[in-house]
Amino acid sequence: MTAGKTSIVAFSAVAKAYGNVKALNGVDFVVDAGECVGLVGHNGAGKSTLVNAIAGTIGTDAGRRTIAGQDLTEHSVVLAHKLGVRCVFQELSLCPNLTVAENARISHPSLTGWGSLRRADALIVAKLDDIFPGHGIRGDQIVGDLSIGRRQMVEVARVFTQSVDPIRLVILDEPTSSLDSHASAQLLAYVRRAVATGVSCIFISHLLNEVLASTDRIVVMRDGKVAVTGATIDFDREKLVAAMVGIVSARQNSVAKQRRGDAPLRVAVHKKHGAAGNDLDAKAGEIIGLSGLAAHGQSNLLVRIFQAASRRDRGVDVTATVAVVAGDRQTDGVFPLWSVLENIAVRSLSALSSYALISQEKQRAMGETWRQRLGIRTPDLGNSILSLSGGNQQKALFARALASDAQIILMDDPMRGVDIATKLEVYALIQEEAAKGRTFIWYTTEFEELENCDRVYVLRNGKIVAALDHDEVNEQNVIRSSFGEAA
Amino acid sequence: MSSTASARPVNRTSPARWFDLSPTLLRTALPFVSLALMLAAIGWLNPRAISYMGFNLMLSLAIPVALATIAQMFVITVNELDLSAGFFISFIASVSVTMLHDTPLLGIAVIAGAVFVYAAIGALIHLRNLPSIVVTLGMAFVWQGLALMVLPQPGGKAPAWLQSFMAVHVPFVPFPIVAAAAIALVVHLALMKTSYGAVLRGIGGNQAAVARAGWSILHAKVLAFTLAGVFGVLSALTLVGLSTAGDANIGAGYTLLAIAGVILGGGEFMGGRVSAMGAVAGALTLTLASASLLSFMHIPTDWQTGANGVILIVVLALRAMIERRPK
Repeated sequence: MTAGKTSIVAFSAVAKAYGNVKALNGVDFVVDAGECVGLVGHNGAGKSTLVNAIAGTIGTDAGRRTIAGQDLTEHSVVLAHKLGVRCVFQELSLCPNLTVAENARISHPSLTGWGSLRRADALIVAKLDDIFPGHGIRGDQIVGDLSIGRRQMVEVARVFTQSVDPIRLVILDEPTSSLDSHASAQLLAYVRRAVATGVSCIFISHLLNEVLASTDRIVVMRDGKVAVTGATIDFDREKLVAAMVGIVSARQNSVAKQRRGDAPLRVAVHKKHGAAGNDLDAKAGEIIGLSGLAAHGQSNLLVRIFQAASRRDRGVDVTATVAVVAGDRQTDGVFPLWSVLENIAVRSLSALSSYALISQEKQRAMGETWRQRLGIRTPDLGNSILSLSGGNQQKALFARALASDAQIILMDDPMRGVDIATKLEVYALIQEEAAKGRTFIWYTTEFEELENCDRVYVLRNGKIVAALDHDEVNEQNVIRSSFGEAA
Repeated sequence: MSSTASARPVNRTSPARWFDLSPTLLRTALPFVSLALMLAAIGWLNPRAISYMGFNLMLSLAIPVALATIAQMFVITVNELDLSAGFFISFIASVSVTMLHDTPLLGIAVIAGAVFVYAAIGALIHLRNLPSIVVTLGMAFVWQGLALMVLPQPGGKAPAWLQSFMAVHVPFVPFPIVAAAAIALVVHLALMKTSYGAVLRGIGGNQAAVARAGWSILHAKVLAFTLAGVFGVLSALTLVGLSTAGDANIGAGYTLLAIAGVILGGGEFMGGRVSAMGAVAGALTLTLASASLLSFMHIPTDWQTGANGVILIVVLALRAMIERRPK
């Protein structure tokens, strides 16, 4: 395949291996000017590797790579940037200690001299206004003080800012993973506007409706190869899932719900003393969803419930042991220097110890059990947690909570950036564990996940504004409550 | 869904603003509040100390401490730690009272060479991915040994120009205060207001992100260590300018004093959160605490180091309380 005049990216037979793992195994991939390509596939299908090869952060072992008509012989972030490639990486890549403006400044080495920070400030704020009107972010705010949703807005807006080098291709890797539906819609609309002006876009998302709604063409990757490619209009959800998974079609998760009226109450958030405006009840065996726009107090409520388990809180009653599955796994989840096994076992150390010493045998047995139950893909549980793909790291965090003695599992948007196959596995496991009497309280930014819940509470500005039963849970109801039209 | 969403303007941010800003502001103010409290306590115990002469005496040692603190701050900015700073200062001080006094050219060459070694250490730490604590701990012994070779017994003589520089008196405002303010301002502008300053701090915050944006981490770390070397030299020179003679152990306490100054000034060991103004304020606070307050309180010298530690813990506890306020 040769690079035509209008091709921004033309990769042919590109291969890249990490040890024995063939991350890319002969990939042909083309993006034309003014085209938005959706890239979907499992975690570990090779999307991130492909994207990194385009962005110049990694080299490849074989194959021909052309970007904007120029053959790449070595990898260089600087060269890719010069050729017009911009990338939002899946793991948030802002400096948390710097201001929004300073972060923008760092990605524009051409802005120099006195006043460059001020110009960077103007640049990023203008772009934020353009993409996310009403964003409420100031250029002098420290990024670490922003909510994760706003951080992602800054990160996305930053790749669209232009100083000297032209922008030809923007790679958005899970750009909406922390955005609420409002901001997501703003971003998708902006992407379409940018594409209309001739910018190309590679859009990676596990939210298939986003991919279907905003791309021109879809490339499905599986096992380091391009499995299927075709115009977006020829795809629907079922087809996409089938192409990704390869064998089974998507399972529907509308599990028959039984009322658990007589089950003991596990968590109660009271109206009078709490910050919440409504009661929240969670009984044994229930799966409770928390929803609403991102960063409206859902995570804080989870933290409060967690703290109430060990410290008296007049507004919150918790009657059983608690474990948390973190969403922001880099910050709150993994211990990066530990092995997979140690990461799983850390919540259960006292159960695994005898005479104050950790029993290696028990620990390993527990790890193996949960590796099998969750299908954590690693040759050895003794490997570093960072050797796992993002989805598998998240599975390890699930294993940590589920392997513990906790009867209440709090989940803080744990499926961010996790592939659909993993999600389906975990949903099934959650149902199974709930049937055994565990209580799940689940904050999620994805509507489809709420269908797993017995009851969904919608939060707005830190207060519970609506309680929806399983039958009432749909996008419309949640949106309506989130925006305060009706309770 | 999007039509419902985008139809109504969302202004969900304004109530959160006050809280967004406040911890940062309090945090920035804390080092200066500590310094003001320290001065108030001294003034209460000994009103005569709060005078032109009093400040000149109490704060004379603040200049070398502030410079050493700034040196350490550059290293902490890029997520490293320099445990050799004190002995490096001892070595430079020893060279200053011997070679720099007797054969100025040789002295200058040796000092320049020492700064070059600092830069090389920075490169080594980055290229070999070594823990800076271990490397600089090793270097501490090297500098100490070299200092003893240059100046086996206390003595020597500081160059006359250094002594006269440190004896400068400025009208109305005590010289140490002028010098400290100047140091703080220059470093603040360089680190907080320039583009490359943002890159240096960005490395402390998220090194991978800075590298992906196309900046050389090696370049930045070498620069940070070079600046640490330069400010270490300045600290040593001002120190011998005050003491007029040298001692191979003259800077021994400066390693921990400088680290304490950075932390007291609002900095953190990891994450690129530093403040030049705060660091200088922290250095002044520590100097005042050890030299004046504790003496005025008639605390025996044996206990003063411990009392200094208590001050540090109190301030850090206050900061932790600020951090824990809900966002």
